[in-house]
Amino acid sequence: MLSLSPRGTASGFWRYAAPVLALALTALTTGALFAAMGRPALLTVTTFLITPLLATGGLEALLVKAAPLVMMGVGLSIAYRANVWNIGAEGQYIFGALAAGGLALALPAAPGWVIVPLLIAAGLVGGAGYALIVAWLRTRFNANEILTSLMLAYVAQYLLVYLVTGPWRDPEGFGFPQTALFSDAAGGPRLIEGSNLHLGLIFAPLIALAAWVMLGRSVLGFQFRVMGQAPRAARFAGFDENRLIWLAMAISGGLAGLAGMFEVTGNQGQLTINLGPGYGFTAIIVGFLGRLHPLGVIPAGLLLALTYLGGDAAQMNLGLSSAITGIFQGILLFCLLGSDVLISHRLQWKRRP
Amino acid sequence: MQRRTFGQLLAAGTGVAALGRPAVAADPVKIGFVYVGPVGDFGWTYQHDVGRQAAVAKYGNAIKTTFIENVPDGPDSEKVIADLANSGHKLIFTTSFGFMNHTVKIAKRFPKIFFEHATGYKRDTNLATYNIRFYQARYVQGVIAGHLSKTGIAGYIGSVPVPEVVQGINAFMLGMRSVNPKARLKFILINSWYDPPKEGDAAKALMDQGADIITQHTDSPAPLQAAAGRGIKGFGQATDMIKFAPTTQLSAAIDLWSPYYTKRIGQVLDGTWKTGVIWGGFDSGLLEMAPFTNMPADIAAIATATVAAIKSGKNKVFTGPILDQAGASKLAAGASMDDAALNSMQWLAQGVEGKLT
Repeated sequence: MLSLSPRGTASGFWRYAAPVLALALTALTTGALFAAMGRPALLTVTTFLITPLLATGGLEALLVKAAPLVMMGVGLSIAYRANVWNIGAEGQYIFGALAAGGLALALPAAPGWVIVPLLIAAGLVGGAGYALIVAWLRTRFNANEILTSLMLAYVAQYLLVYLVTGPWRDPEGFGFPQTALFSDAAGGPRLIEGSNLHLGLIFAPLIALAAWVMLGRSVLGFQFRVMGQAPRAARFAGFDENRLIWLAMAISGGLAGLAGMFEVTGNQGQLTINLGPGYGFTAIIVGFLGRLHPLGVIPAGLLLALTYLGGDAAQMNLGLSSAITGIFQGILLFCLLGSDVLISHRLQWKRRP
Repeated sequence: MQRRTFGQLLAAGTGVAALGRPAVAADPVKIGFVYVGPVGDFGWTYQHDVGRQAAVAKYGNAIKTTFIENVPDGPDSEKVIADLANSGHKLIFTTSFGFMNHTVKIAKRFPKIFFEHATGYKRDTNLATYNIRFYQARYVQGVIAGHLSKTGIAGYIGSVPVPEVVQGINAFMLGMRSVNPKARLKFILINSWYDPPKEGDAAKALMDQGADIITQHTDSPAPLQAAAGRGIKGFGQATDMIKFAPTTQLSAAIDLWSPYYTKRIGQVLDGTWKTGVIWGGFDSGLLEMAPFTNMPADIAAIATATVAAIKSGKNKVFTGPILDQAGASKLAAGASMDDAALNSMQWLAQGVEGKLT
């Protein structure tokens, strides 16, 4: 029978080559899938992965979609490195958006230099505050953070629906579930006049850089890594586990909140019941594809952002169903996890004893 | 569509087919459609796609249509509409209320491209709107429900409380009370146009509260199927859903977009397209009722007569006296409501239970 046995030391090269291998395998698999459907395989894959970049405004759309993914992917990478499994970034994203959106609605006349820093603070505090509920449940009651953070994501979604259809609803919106538009000042400065390129696009790479330095060069980063790799050693070394859990949740939640804040103020301009295509969950794939490395998250975020645009391009040019985005993301994750298993384990044929 | 692509490949590959024939007169005119749900919703979006296919059947190679499905209401729709405009589409139909502001914005940016927005109210020199008086069909449904409901309670699944949805709720109630003055209507808003599990759950919740007739302003057959599961009757929405519930569907409001789509695309082809607004009911050919099934013949006859009265203009549906939930007068006896009042409707008629927010 087939069995898996550990390889001992995993290859360092393959650890970082795995995402590239997974992407190649995904392209091959999707190509084969479409060939089986009677579609031209190469054309389908290139339409999905390349056409969106060449379209007018394609690069802009890519960056706008990648910004929240990168911010959240960085935060999640830090938490996952510390063995804190925050699955509910979507909820923290919504909470950051709610905190910022509420503030923007309350201060419609505030000038940009006042409102933008306030909004950034609101996004961070909103997301981090919501994530700390999870940290509290974990440290106080030892509740599994995977479950609590995931369930709180749904709570946040329902709170959003309540606010947008209820107290915060646009009085001039004819019943449509949306708030009034935020002021132009709340949208913050544009990197290029007239575009959707908001401040978050500068923040995202800077945050990744800061996280890289923090993880690699600071005591806190060291503690996070030790707690993730050897929790017993961390305890013997006297690291305060609870404190690290609180910090990991605060950082990942705060960054998710910041992503939500930039998305609604910089890109959407109002709150609706639909704040995005589930960036918070896609950011989990981004984290793993980026090898939980803050700098690796940047190309991973760009790639996953591309899968959203590719879905539109495949529909427009080839008449394919919009489900292609989900299929591609799913196959990508499957190939990546499969590669990881085979890098750390050896496939062996063993005789039954 | 698949077959045509294959044919084109074949022609391009061999290069023979084109030889010795007159050159094709012109490139096909590209027409784009932006859909809020999947074409397989078997409701709202499906019916728009039937309209698109009718245009393809009529104009053949003179046009090339593109559709993008599952586009969420909101900012993402703006990118999709802009993509269509950037890729050479001459006429773009956007088929959800939530696309309104985004269609307006892109229409301003592309003054040479024509836009058509379904169910909205903002227009421009290159942006027309089109809609159907769905409330007329709701009134007919209400009349049927008034005759058939034993509990006197109907259940209504709504999406979001925009005026169009509120008109439907109120028209149903007016129709039902025209038969049974004690009738009541309970409704649930699910905040989505297409979410079959939620639609089905809402139907079950309404049935648990005593509703024995179900109708919905969402896009899938799920509520009808939920009603079938409990052995009570319901209505199809946007398209004839009789196949999904052969012993349950009483009738359905059928949206007939095909005549409008073929007409407007024809106007782009011959250069006579102009902005405009259409809001048609039974008399316009945009709306009809599916056959009246699963009901006694005398009720079917009453329903048919109600359709005829609305079609001829004798019954304007929103005719006074109309009272709101609290019993305050909304329309004096004998008066009929104008389109402006209909298009800003944010109140509920007497007998409707529930709140809009």
